[in-house]
Amino acid sequence: MEARVAAPSLAVMDGARKRFEVRVHGRGGQGVVTAAELLSVAAFDEGHHAQAFPSFGSERMGAPVVAFCRFSEWPIRTREPVAEPDALIVQDPTLLHQVDLFGGLDRDGYVLLNSSRDIEELGLAEFAAGFRAERWLTVPAGEIARRHLGKPLPNAALLGGFAALSGQLKLESVLAAIGERFHGAAGEGNATAARECFQLVARQMLRSVSRA
Amino acid sequence: MLRQLEGSAAVAETVALCRPEVVCAYPISPQTHIVEGLADLVAEGRLQPCEYMMVESEFAAMSVCIGASAAGARAYTATASQGLLYMTEALYNASGLGLPIVMTVANRAIGAPINIWNDHSDAMSQRDSGWIQLYAETNQEAVDLHAQAFKIAERLSLPVMVCMDGFVLTHAYERIDLPSAAAVDAFLPPFEPRQVLDPADPMTIGAMVGPEAFAEVRYLAHAKQMQALDVIPEVAGEFERAFGRPSGGLVRGYRLDDAETVVVALGSVLGTIEDAIDAMREEGVRIGALAIKSFRPFPLEEVRGALAGARRVVVLEKAMAVGIGGIVSTDIRMALSGRQVNGYTVIAGLGGRPITGASLRRLFAEAVEDRLEPLSFLDMDWDRVRAELARMAEGGRSGPHAENILREVGVVAGRSH
Repeated sequence: MEARVAAPSLAVMDGARKRFEVRVHGRGGQGVVTAAELLSVAAFDEGHHAQAFPSFGSERMGAPVVAFCRFSEWPIRTREPVAEPDALIVQDPTLLHQVDLFGGLDRDGYVLLNSSRDIEELGLAEFAAGFRAERWLTVPAGEIARRHLGKPLPNAALLGGFAALSGQLKLESVLAAIGERFHGAAGEGNATAARECFQLVARQMLRSVSRA
Repeated sequence: MLRQLEGSAAVAETVALCRPEVVCAYPISPQTHIVEGLADLVAEGRLQPCEYMMVESEFAAMSVCIGASAAGARAYTATASQGLLYMTEALYNASGLGLPIVMTVANRAIGAPINIWNDHSDAMSQRDSGWIQLYAETNQEAVDLHAQAFKIAERLSLPVMVCMDGFVLTHAYERIDLPSAAAVDAFLPPFEPRQVLDPADPMTIGAMVGPEAFAEVRYLAHAKQMQALDVIPEVAGEFERAFGRPSGGLVRGYRLDDAETVVVALGSVLGTIEDAIDAMREEGVRIGALAIKSFRPFPLEEVRGALAGARRVVVLEKAMAVGIGGIVSTDIRMALSGRQVNGYTVIAGLGGRPITGASLRRLFAEAVEDRLEPLSFLDMDWDRVRAELARMAEGGRSGPHAENILREVGVVAGRSH
């Protein structure tokens, strides 16, 4: 068993929010829609009302895809796309120059990018400074997934990172949602990848807290 | 049991609980997940006895349902968009013959231009097909309406369409209370057909009827739809008593008390509308909403009653009758005949354009000041429309509209000239 690293919950500083909204960006075939669905299942398991839905563009491999998830203590009635997300999960960093990824992002919002390069190396440091930069992190989810799954599918792994970064959902809930969806080797590989991402993100956050 | 489920999966599970003996469908987005789910349930032996029939088209799918229903089987299908149009001829036969088939319509736009996204053009185009049309606001209601639909259909011997917004509902994951098999069995008795093709007792169904009796037979279809105005709320009541939650019925009002402005709509957009109404209520605006749950039959009395206190009515429609504008609006006008009410038709959400809370609040703010045109279009890009009209006015070979507009929007399409 791996030692659990507790993630400091930055979200607590916000106090009780009425609703938390996540936008997932990626490309057809990366499991963008699945990621949003799994988030909603994890949120449901924690007793939230949750809603996940895709925004299908061209239904083809490689095309930019967006999916949404919102969760709340209260029933969610709206059906509109998430225009002002509290968090962004970016599964493919090559979208940075192709899609308006950060449109509407809350000033206090979280950003988790799938990349082996950090925010500065991606050339985002200056832009992130307009936000709470400590909430912008990268994690090599694709590489981690490749190790555990044999395929660079970053969606489930990133959800572990999201749990650590946002503090909105427990890792256990994310793992349970992954276990419900993926079975056998895919289930174990995705769960391990999600756990590893959780710990990597949690360590980065501890470092940034101790620096501050 | 409460579960976090995709709308399509929940509908497939619920339809299976209703024990259809024949499911026959042709896949088309955004209905696909529903029929795939049912095919799995049949293949895994979890839904039996049931025959899942593969056919070559929607026309065949509805034709098989007609045959199955006439032979006394509970029959189900699902479709959307062009698929619904392709089965049109058979739709009229199913209703004309009085066969209680249940069909899910995963509402989607109709081409050209081809578009897979949500609006109500498909179901609205079959307004006069003789089918009962029920509209779900949420996936919970979509689930509940399917159980109710079989009961309504079989009590009246009429086919029922359950309309649920494509993608917006079919592909949305949300909290759903799936009924248990025992509860559905207690709610929905086995199908006892009013007419049945039985080799032991031969008869024909579908006689040719000449001028001497055609009007009378057609009138009976109308009479049964009028009976549905009683049966739909009756079944909704039975459902609420059995499952403990309100669902379905003819209409549903939201904050109508003292509302001077009432927004009328169908389907999943009601949720976004209610959020906008709450925001405006906090500012002291007297505004409410009316959900039309049964579009056919159209509940004239209930609509008239619900709108009794309204000074203005905004009908938000996800479809358009080209050449006049509103479709639902015409029926609302009928319900309000003899009354002085400012009526506005707003066409919104065509081809999957998101209907946002911000746009709705802007729209409603204009409405309460009576600044709306009788017919308006939410979030229409008029510059692009005008540019294309200007190109046409220049004469000559101005080219296809869809490709011209897409080029302006910046989406690559076709060859450039």
